[in-house]
Amino acid sequence: MANAATVTKASSVPKRKKDTQLRQIMRRLVKSKTAMLGLIVLLIIILACVFAPLIAPYDPNYMDYSALNAGSSFAHIMGCDNLGRDIFSRILYGGRMSLMLGFTVAIVGMVFGVFFGCIVGYYGGQVDNIAMRICDVWMAIPGTLLAIVISSALGSGFGYTVLALSVSGLPGSVRGTRAMALKEREMEYLEAAKAMNCSKMKIMFKHMMPNIIAPTIVGTTGQIGGTMMSAAGLSYIGLGIQPPTAEWGAMCSSAREYLTKYPHEMLWPGFVILLTVLAINLLGDGLRDAMDPRLKD
Amino acid sequence: MSEEFLQIKDLVVEYSSGGQIVQAVNGVDLTVKKGKTLGLVGETGAGKTTIAKSILRILPTPPAKIQKGEIFLDGQDLLKLPEKEMMKVRGNKIAMIFQDPMTALNPTMTVGDQISEVVLQHNNYTKQQAQERTIEMLELVGIASVRYMDYPHQFSGGMKQRVVIAMALACNPELILADEPTTALDVTIQAQVLDMMRELREKFNTSMILITHDLGVVAETCDDVAVIYAGEIVEYGTREHIFRNPRHPYTLGLFGSLPKLDDDSKRLSPIHGLPPDPTNLPDGCKFGPRCPECTSECSKDQIMLEIEPGHFVRCCKFTAGGAQTAAKTKNTQPASDIGRVNAGQGKRGGV
Amino acid sequence: MWRYIVKRLLWLIVIMACVGVIIFTIMWFVPGDPAQIILGSGATNEDIARVREQLGLDRPYMVQLGEFLINACRLDFGESYVYGIPVIQEFATRLPRTLGLGLISMFLNIIIGIPLGVNAAIHRNTIWDQGVLVLAMVFISVPQFFLGLLMVVLFSVQLGWLPPFGISGSYPTWMYWIMPVLANSLSGMAMNARQTRSAALEMIRADFVTTARAKGLPERTVIYKHMLPNALIPVVNSLGMQLSMVVGGTVVIETVFSFPGIGQYLLTGVNSRDYPVVRGSVMILALFSAVITLLVDLVYAYLDPRIKAQYVNYAAKKGGAKKGGKK
Repeated sequence: MANAATVTKASSVPKRKKDTQLRQIMRRLVKSKTAMLGLIVLLIIILACVFAPLIAPYDPNYMDYSALNAGSSFAHIMGCDNLGRDIFSRILYGGRMSLMLGFTVAIVGMVFGVFFGCIVGYYGGQVDNIAMRICDVWMAIPGTLLAIVISSALGSGFGYTVLALSVSGLPGSVRGTRAMALKEREMEYLEAAKAMNCSKMKIMFKHMMPNIIAPTIVGTTGQIGGTMMSAAGLSYIGLGIQPPTAEWGAMCSSAREYLTKYPHEMLWPGFVILLTVLAINLLGDGLRDAMDPRLKD
Repeated sequence: MSEEFLQIKDLVVEYSSGGQIVQAVNGVDLTVKKGKTLGLVGETGAGKTTIAKSILRILPTPPAKIQKGEIFLDGQDLLKLPEKEMMKVRGNKIAMIFQDPMTALNPTMTVGDQISEVVLQHNNYTKQQAQERTIEMLELVGIASVRYMDYPHQFSGGMKQRVVIAMALACNPELILADEPTTALDVTIQAQVLDMMRELREKFNTSMILITHDLGVVAETCDDVAVIYAGEIVEYGTREHIFRNPRHPYTLGLFGSLPKLDDDSKRLSPIHGLPPDPTNLPDGCKFGPRCPECTSECSKDQIMLEIEPGHFVRCCKFTAGGAQTAAKTKNTQPASDIGRVNAGQGKRGGV
Repeated sequence: MWRYIVKRLLWLIVIMACVGVIIFTIMWFVPGDPAQIILGSGATNEDIARVREQLGLDRPYMVQLGEFLINACRLDFGESYVYGIPVIQEFATRLPRTLGLGLISMFLNIIIGIPLGVNAAIHRNTIWDQGVLVLAMVFISVPQFFLGLLMVVLFSVQLGWLPPFGISGSYPTWMYWIMPVLANSLSGMAMNARQTRSAALEMIRADFVTTARAKGLPERTVIYKHMLPNALIPVVNSLGMQLSMVVGGTVVIETVFSFPGIGQYLLTGVNSRDYPVVRGSVMILALFSAVITLLVDLVYAYLDPRIKAQYVNYAAKKGGAKKGGKK
């Protein structure tokens, strides 16, 4: 006896199949105005930085001796720094560095976090215990301190900064995915997979991982902003990326001496960091709400 | 008439979420007599819990809103009481037993404190007296007094429900709203809890509204029964009326969904389809789209009809004209089954 | 409960030992020779070798590590290569400043952030709530050093109300603390407000809160006795992580405001390859954050009886089953 319920279900099955968790999240995300605002602002900033050579009016290291510490003008819309370099151009080029830093560190953290988190979460018990103790020790050194010490040991530069920030952030992301993996471990479908004699690898990476990847991506998006701030902070105190390479934190740092007389040299790069991080955080918040609509009102 | 202890008149409750308005309760009339138990039967989402929470005025507002109606307790309209007076009613005159004992207790307070809290709130007791009363209540529901200082997580589900019941009874309420008090429990524990509730109720002559979707529980404990569907009462009568002589197609469907030991037929006869989308209720009879005896009459607004003294049904087949059409459709039932349900479905989508 | 505390204290010692090993090992790989830095660019190879021997830098890794750990137990982190002053002596003046900066920041985070979050949750979807949310979002997105610089520009350069840097001078001493503390705590405050708000909103819908309301309790009691203790559990749990951020933040903040604390000391050490200074500073800051984390965990166990019960049962099991689970 075909009844109404089965009829409607049958017709919608092919549609549902494509409707992955991620796609559902995206659909809800589009509805959030603040998240969309964040996304648009972020996209504009990213595009401007990617196409910096086309947009930037000057070379980031070109020094205009007639415009030392100059304020805003038609020639230099954000003014110039103490060496006569165009701040707007430096912000565009510096953004490549800052954005790359933030995204790379977040992605490295996510990949390793998911990998170790899945293994630890899958085995649980003793393995989990040991891994968590290691994380405890690791996290006993405040992240910023660890990053400072590591980057002082390694030296400055993009790769080393990524390494320093990733290493200091890793225990946090391992903990996050491990908690999710432990929750998945209790789920019936994993029991079913085990009962069907799936290999451990297959269970870990084919069954568990897809279920924790969406929340991890959402969590990671939320962290990019924080990572960018840490990177800028590191550069500000003279580690991380160092002058003359343009980077937002380093720009603030070198403008510090001229703070009283020419605050614009520090304000512009600072506001750009703020704007970028704000956009990322708005997007991250929107993603989180979209993933778990229960949290929203 | 004076024995009508609680009287609900034309209660309408709406939930608004994301710009949509959901009609959870659509003009419900109910009465509970002193010392009697009224069973409120219906599927999940029919609005049973909403009715109970409306009586106590503890609906989450927003999103819920009581649009219309009156709820008289001993002649006093609860919906018009100031909040301060209402606080004296909650937990004191009317107490509620919640569905899920696992989540109904505060995990950070000892069970003893949670019970003595309500005692202290409504009586001029000292802490000592409240504690004694709490221990008395705990023992009444079969929990040793040494467990006063234990936290909810140290209790099993059945024991937690006993704590919830002890909490509800602590101030000798005149009316208990029991929201599926046994659904979350094992069958053996269910019987124990029900027995206990009945004993306590008889002892103190308390009225009760028992919300459930379990007709077995209703048959055991209730004096009167109201069957509710999509926020409307569709059949109302004494237990005998409903069980001996169910008339509304939905009630019949509910009974048809029960397995019977003395029946030889191999299959149950379930109600087809799903409960209607509450944001988009069908016109007229809400049950129409799923009703095996649906006629064109059903798209009109239905009224409650008294088919025998004290037995009400909301179905047009019992009006003078409708009875014949209903009789006619009854004969053609099996043949048109598929087509009709699909038609109903189409209508739902179109509205 | 006492067993739990003792256990945690022992674990704290293990953690600090591991931190010592990690820090020592990282510093072992630092490029650049302290002897070279002490002597300057004109030094001969023999001079450098002599100084290396004096400092004990020529000995094997294990020997130096062992010496460092044993001395660290007595809080002896050696002498600064650059200034020749024992590190611990510097700590005597600098540590109180950094502890003060960190603790006051934490304190403000808690006593301003959490009530803000609770209030926003209670008055959810009002202008007040939206305002708190927007402000919190902005403060979470501001890098600490930029916030600090902005304050300097506004309150020191433009308005001249507060001293731009340092710890003493022509202004009253407390004024030197205002900007560093605020710059260090505004983001944590914002984080607490947001987290408390969402935890409280989740609790507003919890069944037991409805139960409490159905008991006829006044709204204040429902909120402060039933909702809040449960909403605070996740917030308290995250305070440990936040503390580590605040401690890390002091390094940046002390640099921005030339605030002579441990963080600034650490950075001068990093820049001049002054190993004892770096190792000592990191150890002392890690110890500070570990002790506070321990306190946070104890509060957490106190707030959540489910956690407390674990330890009590654990203790009962270890201490002989006779006593049973009571008390």
